[in-house]
Amino acid sequence: MITKRIIPCLDVRSGRVVKGTNFQGLQDVSSPVELGKFYSDNGADELVFYDITASAEGRKLFTDILTEVASTIFIPLTVGGGINTLDDFDRVLKCGADKVSVNSGAIRNPQLVHDAARLYGDQCVVLSSDVKRVGGQFRVFAKGGREDTGMEAISWIKRCVDNGAGEVVLNSIDTDGVKGGFDLEMLEAVSNAVDVPVIASGGAGCAEDFVTLFETLPKVDAGLAASIFHFGTVKIPELKALLKEKDIPVRL
Amino acid sequence: MIGIIDYGVGNLFSLCSSCKAIGEEAFVSGNAAELAKADRLILPGVGAFEDAAKKLRDSGMAEFVRAQAAQGKPLLGICLGMQLLFERSYEYGCHEGLGLLKGQVVPMEGRLPKELKIPHMGWNALDVRRGTLLEGLSGQYVYFVHSFFAENCEDSLSALTEYGIPITAAVEKGNIYGCQFHPEKSGNVGLSILRKFAEV
Repeated sequence: MITKRIIPCLDVRSGRVVKGTNFQGLQDVSSPVELGKFYSDNGADELVFYDITASAEGRKLFTDILTEVASTIFIPLTVGGGINTLDDFDRVLKCGADKVSVNSGAIRNPQLVHDAARLYGDQCVVLSSDVKRVGGQFRVFAKGGREDTGMEAISWIKRCVDNGAGEVVLNSIDTDGVKGGFDLEMLEAVSNAVDVPVIASGGAGCAEDFVTLFETLPKVDAGLAASIFHFGTVKIPELKALLKEKDIPVRL
Repeated sequence: MIGIIDYGVGNLFSLCSSCKAIGEEAFVSGNAAELAKADRLILPGVGAFEDAAKKLRDSGMAEFVRAQAAQGKPLLGICLGMQLLFERSYEYGCHEGLGLLKGQVVPMEGRLPKELKIPHMGWNALDVRRGTLLEGLSGQYVYFVHSFFAENCEDSLSALTEYGIPITAAVEKGNIYGCQFHPEKSGNVGLSILRKFAEV
């Protein structure tokens, strides 16, 4: 039985993890290498590194850091942020990424998903989508959730999956940061529409939110979160023990 | 010293790093003379069977790998590299493999319970039946990404995993080894498998 995946997401700016804090036994909590290793040793099933730098120097630092992370951590790594062209795919894959996540880059150029899937395989292309309710409709937002694209989310996500996206990260802007639980309604709509893995993102505030997620929506494959893991509010080994207790398959 | 066979298929970064992590010297090469100097060989691979099999043949690597295996050099196929060890694959047509192991590769499509997603992607548990490479690892989790799997390979089958139906997870026969999963992405369990291979 394949297990549900628990995925911490690390935002990296200028080679440092943003918001990394409060870790016992870690010398440097803003080092992506140290923090990545900590998560890898403590039950994370996969890691997502998100490059939130805008500058070219920052990008170079990011790829250097990624190379170092990928040389020391032997679980799947997904990389996102600033992926706009096939050259960007090539750049991060050469540094050891296993999957590449596209968001705004796919909105600007929907052909990108198709071309990348052809070149690197569907399993390599992750569609990340920021979605918010507008007038009773799920709407795709761009530029880190700041800009309404006017596109209906379910048909957009389906279109990208048809084009070769092998996995979907659904980030609900409505629940993000609220810590009141994942957006079950939105996740259900998406996981009923596609047959590739769906990763829930946005809204987890405690371990029970993951239990509710996987019990309510067995089709959802993974739960992703950032600050609750970084701040130690939820510890992954304890979260997994709780999931196992509830008969949800996890890797212990 | 491990020679990692480069025939233009897939990303070898993690495989190299994980060999380094277990303290094993490893090099990537597409040159038969160089690879012949290695004590053991890894045949990696992701992507389409037909394309990979053609690249192996066209580069002369197919013949080289068969000859090295016949001499008794330990050979480990990973993911598509494992599938290539078999006689043939029915991935979009029927394509000839290296024929080092008896069996064939077939699509999951149509063979799995309908609610299960394809590819089989994520961490799944090993059910180890025999062999040395995975000894003692039953119940441990390893990382899979694949849409096709080997069948009719009882001759070499060493471990299964459960995905609606039993799926071939690893094979072993003499000096020929294969993992459907990615040891280089399977944390400490994966590293321990690579270490075992470095010692066989």
